[in-house]
Amino acid sequence: MSAKEYRTASSARGGLLTVANVPNIAFGDRVHIRDQQGNTRNGQVIRSSDEEVLIQVFEGTSELDLESTWVRFLDEPVEIALSPEILGRIFNGLGEPRDYRPPIVSSLRRSISAAAFNPAARTYPKEFIQTGISTIDGLNSLVRGQKLPIFSASGLPHNRLAAQIVRQAKLPDDDSRFSVVFAAMGVSYADARFFQEEFASSGVLGNVVMFVNMADDPPVERLTLPRMALTAAEYLAFDLDRHVLVVMTDMTHYAEALREVATAKGDVPARKGYPGYLYSDLAEIYERSGRIKDRHGSITLVPVLSMPSDDITHPIPDLTGYITEGQIVLSRELHNQGIYPPVHISPSLSRLMKDGIGKDFTREDHPHVSNQLYALYARALETRNLASIIGADELSTRDRRYLEFADAFENRFVRQSEDEDRSIEETLNLAWDLLSTFPPQALTRVNETEIAKYHRQSV
Amino acid sequence: MNTTSNKKGKIKDINGPIVTIELPGVQNGEQVRIGSLGLYGEVISLEGNEALAQIYESTEMVRPGEPVEGLGHPLSVELGPGLIGGIFDGVQRPLEAMFLKAGDQIPRGLSPLPLDRDKVWHFIPSENLEPNMPIINGAVLGRVQETETVEHRILVPPNISGELIELAPEGDYHLEESIGQVRDQQGEIHHLKLYHRWPVRRPRPYQSRDNGIEPLITGQRILDTFFPLLKGSKCAVPGPFGAGKTVVQHQVARWANADIVIYVGCGERGNELVDVLDSFPKLKDPYTGRPLMDRTLLIANTSNMPVVAREASIYVGITIAEYYRDQGYDVVMLADSTSRWAEALREVSGRLGQMPVEEGYPAYLASRLAAFYERAGRVDTMDSGKGSVTLIGAVSPPGGDFSEPVTSHTKEIIQTFWALSKELADARHYPAIDWVDSFSADVGTAAEWWHENIDREWEKRRSQALGMLARDAELSRIVNLVGPEALSSAQRWVLEGAALIKEGVLQQSALDPVDTFSSPQKQFMLLDLILSVYDAGADLIELGVPVQELSEMSVLARLRRCKELYDSNQIDQLKAFREEALNDFKEIHSEYAQRGEQPA
Repeated sequence: MSAKEYRTASSARGGLLTVANVPNIAFGDRVHIRDQQGNTRNGQVIRSSDEEVLIQVFEGTSELDLESTWVRFLDEPVEIALSPEILGRIFNGLGEPRDYRPPIVSSLRRSISAAAFNPAARTYPKEFIQTGISTIDGLNSLVRGQKLPIFSASGLPHNRLAAQIVRQAKLPDDDSRFSVVFAAMGVSYADARFFQEEFASSGVLGNVVMFVNMADDPPVERLTLPRMALTAAEYLAFDLDRHVLVVMTDMTHYAEALREVATAKGDVPARKGYPGYLYSDLAEIYERSGRIKDRHGSITLVPVLSMPSDDITHPIPDLTGYITEGQIVLSRELHNQGIYPPVHISPSLSRLMKDGIGKDFTREDHPHVSNQLYALYARALETRNLASIIGADELSTRDRRYLEFADAFENRFVRQSEDEDRSIEETLNLAWDLLSTFPPQALTRVNETEIAKYHRQSV
Repeated sequence: MNTTSNKKGKIKDINGPIVTIELPGVQNGEQVRIGSLGLYGEVISLEGNEALAQIYESTEMVRPGEPVEGLGHPLSVELGPGLIGGIFDGVQRPLEAMFLKAGDQIPRGLSPLPLDRDKVWHFIPSENLEPNMPIINGAVLGRVQETETVEHRILVPPNISGELIELAPEGDYHLEESIGQVRDQQGEIHHLKLYHRWPVRRPRPYQSRDNGIEPLITGQRILDTFFPLLKGSKCAVPGPFGAGKTVVQHQVARWANADIVIYVGCGERGNELVDVLDSFPKLKDPYTGRPLMDRTLLIANTSNMPVVAREASIYVGITIAEYYRDQGYDVVMLADSTSRWAEALREVSGRLGQMPVEEGYPAYLASRLAAFYERAGRVDTMDSGKGSVTLIGAVSPPGGDFSEPVTSHTKEIIQTFWALSKELADARHYPAIDWVDSFSADVGTAAEWWHENIDREWEKRRSQALGMLARDAELSRIVNLVGPEALSSAQRWVLEGAALIKEGVLQQSALDPVDTFSSPQKQFMLLDLILSVYDAGADLIELGVPVQELSEMSVLARLRRCKELYDSNQIDQLKAFREEALNDFKEIHSEYAQRGEQPA
């Protein structure tokens, strides 16, 4: 390895450093920058020609001067060192320890920008994961290898929900080789500590790898952090055969960091100042989840993002929704009513649910029950709107039944406590308790056999 | 064909997927290989001795000074037997072969040939051809059986015509073996093979365009009955995420009465393509009874694959579609999603520093979209046959806003518009196709087909149903303001009738084994049945029968389930049920008619 060192920096602004007259520098090369005080900063080449090389400095360019700055090109891509020792450790966005323990020493180093999985190498995810949360298991089931984000907003309990998923997620069979990769971008100290304590108290800490970038850490580091985390996840899943659950929070901070850097580079903005490649960039992250032929492990991805101003059409949730296989949307309205978890089921969706539930997976009535609950709840919400205009007293008996259903659904099915781990059987039985408030002929999405077997009036 | 030695040069500048190269004599559009890895790319502009190339693969760790080679031809695809049933990436690299050769991830610089050279095909020459006959480009030299369902016709390449000197006898041939010789007007002799190459950005020639005459039957009631699409026409499916675009596209790919289906996953999810790869070999084509994969071909550039190859992927798809069209087939190409293609254009134009016009898109977005969609059509082929390419493009408007540039420009070009609605999807009304926003410009032509082949009442019944749905929307607004009590009995029966149409006709489950496909006849029977029940009820209401009595008739619950109780072959049972249902109404009718005669 022939590292080259230069002192020809020609401009520094907005986290970008230009170095003149440096021939043959590779695109994507990792860079060390030594500043006036002798401190080393990290960077990466984002444009290269013989005349000029553009470097993105992870720690930012403030307090750099052009005369005394030394730039050293390491002639290697941004990499992470991997070994089974990463479990139980905490790293920053550059893969350096932030738990005051020595760095990982390993001959196995991988570039964090992995090549895309060949679609022909993938297998379709279809193993139901029981999270013990009715709104997820019953209505938006998660399967192994899926990417299912939580769309939240400021002040909503997305962290508590994510922690509950980590705590309770299990497969009907064993899960002895289960690991968690936790990637935190731009989070507050309180949030980081919450997760750390959660992992410790549920006894999984030894199976968790944490990558943490705090709100006051350099934003550019947020761009490498999820890629570090996913490279680690791929190692755990496909080298060590583990089933890995990756929780990422908060993708909104990631996208904002991307916008910050794009603006500094002078990229043409598309929507709300975000660069046109935000979609491809997010896809590079999200598409690293999945299952691979002949590999035992899997990567299930639960990214958490907060919707700016609760707006689901904002580019970040919008583009995420186009890439991920569904979304769990949290509702401020339910939260304000004191309902936990405040999952707003109407816009929530799991695209991979259809193949992971039903006979042989959960229970034969599951697909129809889920559909029926959705249809009834949609109708019930319409009725609730109507009642708010003309008054509940004006409603017909039939409509009043819908109104009662909406309340029962939210208070009995959606609501559950943070330590309540419902089996899928319990969730489906609870669903039939609610469906049975309707006469069988009002239930058009479940079939006659299912009604005969599960409807309380039939039994 | 190309014997000149390749041009050599070197890399000057690397800016992500856009690389400046010094390569004197290179042509615009020419394929290049860059760097020591030999990454593939395409020249997109020239300036003096320098050229800009867009690279289909990641340029990480490529450096200035590394070598560049010009390949002398534009981005082209191989056209010949062995395409069907396969999965290729955005520049036609065979993904199955790459997986076997290189493992889970797609390595850079690897470029196996798209078509398998070791495979032997049984070639049967066309009987009407003899040596020394004049022969035109696009003529059918002979055929090989590509899959159980597809007979692959071997064509004279579009750029060759003249005199047929030799045609190989029936027998087994490899792709590279000569199966005939043609002497062109200049006296040059061309050896023809089972395959040829064609540049993807140039439409393949045909004799003339023709009008579409028959609808593409997709087995989806809301599409075929309400918003028909003709074979050879073009269609857009816009919708916000989660509204079910992909399911609609998959359903069309599964059940359309096309000879060949080409599915281009352009910037979408990897698992969706795996779903097709897993399920299509197990599903049967309702028309031939053979596995669906026997007529299907996949092009995959998933969202995490390099963005420049995404731009190429839809051209690769449409060129292969045109090739099968030229063999006389009806081809359906589905592009999911054209928005990702447009975004790839935007990304490249942004890197080139071109002036953005709307939401960062370049000014040529509209013309590129139009030129792409215009490659659909029903034509007279060079061989005087009929073939068609039907193009169905998914659009993913940001925030579900149909006024954004890609949706609005697309809307100007297409004939049929299947608009997906978030509200319907949220209520789990699938397919979530909005009957207000959707349109078809070809209802008149489709009506001729329906009247001739299914029932003369088709257009009348279709309009009646749409009229009721419009009335329903109006009345629902009143209900939402003042409550249902404000409506007359007749109006409330309209609401009931519209609900029956929505549940019994428009909603269709892709997951239900019976409901997933509806033959045209079953589609009409269901619609006619529900409207007949509505009409019978409306008569009763005029007689003074209270609307509650009708709403509570047990036959209505059954009516809603008809779609999943009777499959497309059980037309007789459906007719029997129709008799039964209408009888129930007749009974009430006679009951009330009698009461009317005997005043209390």
